Amino acid sequence: MILRLALASLMARTLTVSMTILAISLSVALFLGVEKVRTGAKASFADTISGTDLIIGARSGSVQLLLYSVFRIGNATNNLTWESYQDIANRPEVDWIVPISLGDSHRQFRVMGTTPAFFERYKYRSGQSLVVQDGSIMSDVFDTVIGADVATTLGYEIGDPIVVAHGLASFSEHANQPFRVSGILEKTGTPVDRTVIVSLEAIEAIHVDWKSGAQIPGQVTTPDMIRQMALEPQAITAALVGVKSRLQVFRLQRSINEYPHEPLLAILPGVALQELWQIVGIAETALIGVSAMVVVTALIGMMATIFSSLNERRREMAIFRAMGARPRVILALLVLEAVVMAAVGAIFGLGLLYLGLVLGQPLIDSAFGIWLPIEPPTLREAWVLLGVVAAGAIVSMVPALRAYRMSLADGMMVRI
Amino acid sequence: MPNRPPILQLEDVRYRWPGRTSFGLNVPMLSVSAGETVLLLGESGSGKSTLLSLICGTTLATSGRVCVGDHDIAQLSAGKRDQFRAEQIGLIFQQFNLLPFASVQDNILLPLEFAPKRRKCVFNSEVEATRLCRDLGLPEGVMTSRAGSLSVGQQQRVAAARALIGTPPLITADEPTSSLDAATQATFLELLFAQSRAHGTAILMVSHDARLSSQFDRVIHMADIALTERGTL
Repeated sequence: MILRLALASLMARTLTVSMTILAISLSVALFLGVEKVRTGAKASFADTISGTDLIIGARSGSVQLLLYSVFRIGNATNNLTWESYQDIANRPEVDWIVPISLGDSHRQFRVMGTTPAFFERYKYRSGQSLVVQDGSIMSDVFDTVIGADVATTLGYEIGDPIVVAHGLASFSEHANQPFRVSGILEKTGTPVDRTVIVSLEAIEAIHVDWKSGAQIPGQVTTPDMIRQMALEPQAITAALVGVKSRLQVFRLQRSINEYPHEPLLAILPGVALQELWQIVGIAETALIGVSAMVVVTALIGMMATIFSSLNERRREMAIFRAMGARPRVILALLVLEAVVMAAVGAIFGLGLLYLGLVLGQPLIDSAFGIWLPIEPPTLREAWVLLGVVAAGAIVSMVPALRAYRMSLADGMMVRI
Repeated sequence: MPNRPPILQLEDVRYRWPGRTSFGLNVPMLSVSAGETVLLLGESGSGKSTLLSLICGTTLATSGRVCVGDHDIAQLSAGKRDQFRAEQIGLIFQQFNLLPFASVQDNILLPLEFAPKRRKCVFNSEVEATRLCRDLGLPEGVMTSRAGSLSVGQQQRVAAARALIGTPPLITADEPTSSLDAATQATFLELLFAQSRAHGTAILMVSHDARLSSQFDRVIHMADIALTERGTL
């Protein structure tokens, strides 16, 4: 019956109580939402590349190699010679190898030269392959396949011409050798969306008339002449490698790192992603901190509500006291009330989260490439909810203790 | 009736309000027998309410003995005293007796939550509460109404039912009729007395209204039993 009375007392103050519950549920939804986005982002991040056992490039840092080869951030300090590439490709452990050549750009997007095998070997989000949404992969030297973001940002369609600029953010364009959009990829949520993919030969082709980063004056080779030439690259930027047996990964990595003819670096993508996430992870901690503060604020709001209700409820407590309730019962009533509010708030918050997920999931996926799974609450989330309720109980001790003292002093006679 | 054992006995009780050295209440002797109805008359500010607090044990006397039944309430621990109050004393206040958000039934049954012995006296608490309501002239079906929705007179009757349930040996009432008009006052007291006589419950009522005197077994004037010290400083 005491429980029923406590609930009835809450019901009698519907407006303030529901406001408090609303504040708590919003803060809980925010906290859980941030948590979801964080884990979703982390998963998406880790899913940027999968199925690749090693990434090979010129010797630098592993994070740097990962950044420029997979995320297209920053530049390679050095290239990997074609001889070394061939050498590694011929090793018995290597199942497949895909070269990557970077350095040119189209508008704000990077141009990547590679072989058709890239479309077959590059995997993301636990083994998903790239899908050509429109058109087909390149069949001519001057064909390109563009990522989904490139297509939407620049409004390109199949057959549109593209002129590639030399270097990044540069004004010197490879105007003599225009490309044609032959395929548009489906959205992946990976840096591939923001990449213009051409064949490895194309990278050589557009540089036929170039030397040391500048166009050779007067020399113009037409696309038809280029098509006749043997376009073997001198160097590439990096290579993705798959091994025949996973047991051989470390041996191959070690031997590449000790490659005698050229300073090379082979990295395990998963390990490098972890390293990179630790750098990005500081923001993640800050985000959690901020949303935790929001929860704390909501709970303090609840404390304030209970505090301000104490005066109007002195009568109620005096009646309880007169009927023989110990001050302890008064304390328990107030804590119970806070626990009920926090629990209802937490449950509503969870509901809000799922509502938000159902509505926001497709939007977030298409806008940011972050896939937020709709799953039953994880153990961690359950602990968060439990923590909110426990924190609510602890916070309510402050007004409850005051009520305890008040009811001791007032006894049954209240003069307001 | 003085040959019956006393249900309430105060001996040489002194109480000093905290923080006021020159203002205190001094009751050399007060006794109420079992089943007796006593009206305690006093001006406002004469210490009537304080006396009730002393009897109920929410305030402790500085010295002297306050016995309810055969227990000196000062000897009990604070928690025991709260339970003892719930078991022994039914309380009616001047007004705002009830939890307005709770049903009439919950209000009436509330003291039983804290008084296991009193609860055992009631065979079926809901039936008993309904009976009390009927006997106190409350309309049928009032049990499920919100207490706050009743008129003041009805609320006082519900408070009386709450004080009577489980037949505690003593009911103390602090001006329970002062918020009622004359006609309602009379019926209220008649109904209350009828119930207390039926169960042998003693009633100690505090009031400033001497017109009620005729209905009680005994009338005591605050001025006769208590010395209220007023500071001259």
